[in-house]
Amino acid sequence: MTPIDHTNSHHDDDLEAVAQALRDALSVPGTPPPIADAAAAAGLLDVAYATTDSPVGRLLLATTPVGLARLAYLEGDGEDAVLADMAARLSPRVLSAPARLDGPRRELDEYFEGRRRRFDVALDLRLMTDFTRRVLAATAAIPYGSLSSYRDVATAAGSPRGSRAAGNALGSNPLPIVLPCHRVVHSDGGLGGYTGGLDRKRTLLAIERSAPGEP
Amino acid sequence: MRLPPFQTLLDAHGRDVHRFLVALVGSVDADDAYQETWLAALRGYPELRQAANLKGWLFTIAHRKAIDHARARGRRATPVAEPADLPQAPVADAPVAGGDDLWAAVAALPDKQRTAVALRFIADSAYAEIAVAMETSEEAARRNVHEGLKRLRKEAVR
Repeated sequence: MTPIDHTNSHHDDDLEAVAQALRDALSVPGTPPPIADAAAAAGLLDVAYATTDSPVGRLLLATTPVGLARLAYLEGDGEDAVLADMAARLSPRVLSAPARLDGPRRELDEYFEGRRRRFDVALDLRLMTDFTRRVLAATAAIPYGSLSSYRDVATAAGSPRGSRAAGNALGSNPLPIVLPCHRVVHSDGGLGGYTGGLDRKRTLLAIERSAPGEP
Repeated sequence: MRLPPFQTLLDAHGRDVHRFLVALVGSVDADDAYQETWLAALRGYPELRQAANLKGWLFTIAHRKAIDHARARGRRATPVAEPADLPQAPVADAPVAGGDDLWAAVAALPDKQRTAVALRFIADSAYAEIAVAMETSEEAARRNVHEGLKRLRKEAVR
C-alpha cells in the first residue's frame, strides 16, 4: 500500500497535504438532480415509495405502474425491511418518489379526517397469495363503519371453516386501511388481532364511528 | 440474487457520483451525465449477478458516461478532430468557492490521473475499486493517483 515513489519521505508528507486539501475542497456537497421522474419516463421506476405521518403513526406507501401495492405501518427501522421485501418480491428498481404517491396520500388524509368512506386508487395485488386476495376482497365489501366476523369473511372467501386461516390472511394484508381488515372482529365481540396492533385498529374504528353521515 | 432496493445505492453514492462527474465533465454537463449514469444503472440493475462491488459497478458506468460527454463536447468544439481521450474539463465551471484553484488544477490533469484522483478523493474509493471503475489494473490505478497528486503538488508550490 506504499506509494510508488518513496525515495524521499517528506515528498510523501507533501502528497498527503495535497490529498487532504483535495478531500476538503472536493467534499463540498453538490446538489444532484432528482432522477425519479426521468426513471419513470424511461419505464425504469418499478416501485415508487413515500413515507407520511398519520394519526396512526408513520406510514410507508408504495406504488407500481399498476397501482398501490403496499401500505405499511412503520416502527423503528421497519422501513428498510419493507423496502427489501418489495425489492425481492416486486422489483429491485425501488426509488423514493413522494410526488408519485400524492393521490393515495390525499385520499388517506381525507379518510383520517372522516371525509372519505371509500378509496378510489388503483391497486396492485401482487403482494398477496390467492387466498389472501379472496379474503381481502371479502373485507372490501364490508361497509364503512360496519363490522364483520372472521367466520363471515372466511365464508365469503369460500372456506367457511377457515376462520383461523382467514385471520392469518388478514394479518398479512399488504394494504391495510385501504383494504379494511380492521373491520373484522370476533363474533363474540372481541376485537381480534390487527397487523398494526390493536391500538391502531381501535383508532380506525373510532374514526369510522364518529365520521359524519353519508354526505 | 437478492439485490438491495435501488434507493439505497442512490442514498449511499448519489452525491459522490455527482461530484465525480462535476470533476470530470464540468458542472454544466454533470447533471445530464448524472442522470444518464443512474438511468443506465437502473436499466441493468435487475440483471446484476452479484452485489459485492456495487460502488465499483456504479463508477464504471459514471466513468463511461463522462467519456461519452467529453467526446460529445469535443465534437461540438472541434468538429474535425476526434479527441483521443477526455478533453480538459472547463475551468470556468469550478463549483467550489475557495477551492477554485484546486478544481482548476484537477480539471487540468491528464484524463487518467484526473479520473483516478477524482475516484480516490471524491468517491473515497479503494485502489481496487478505482481499478474496476477505470477498467484497469490496481497497480495502474495507484500510479495514476500518485502521479496526479505529484502534479497537483507542483501546481500548488508554483
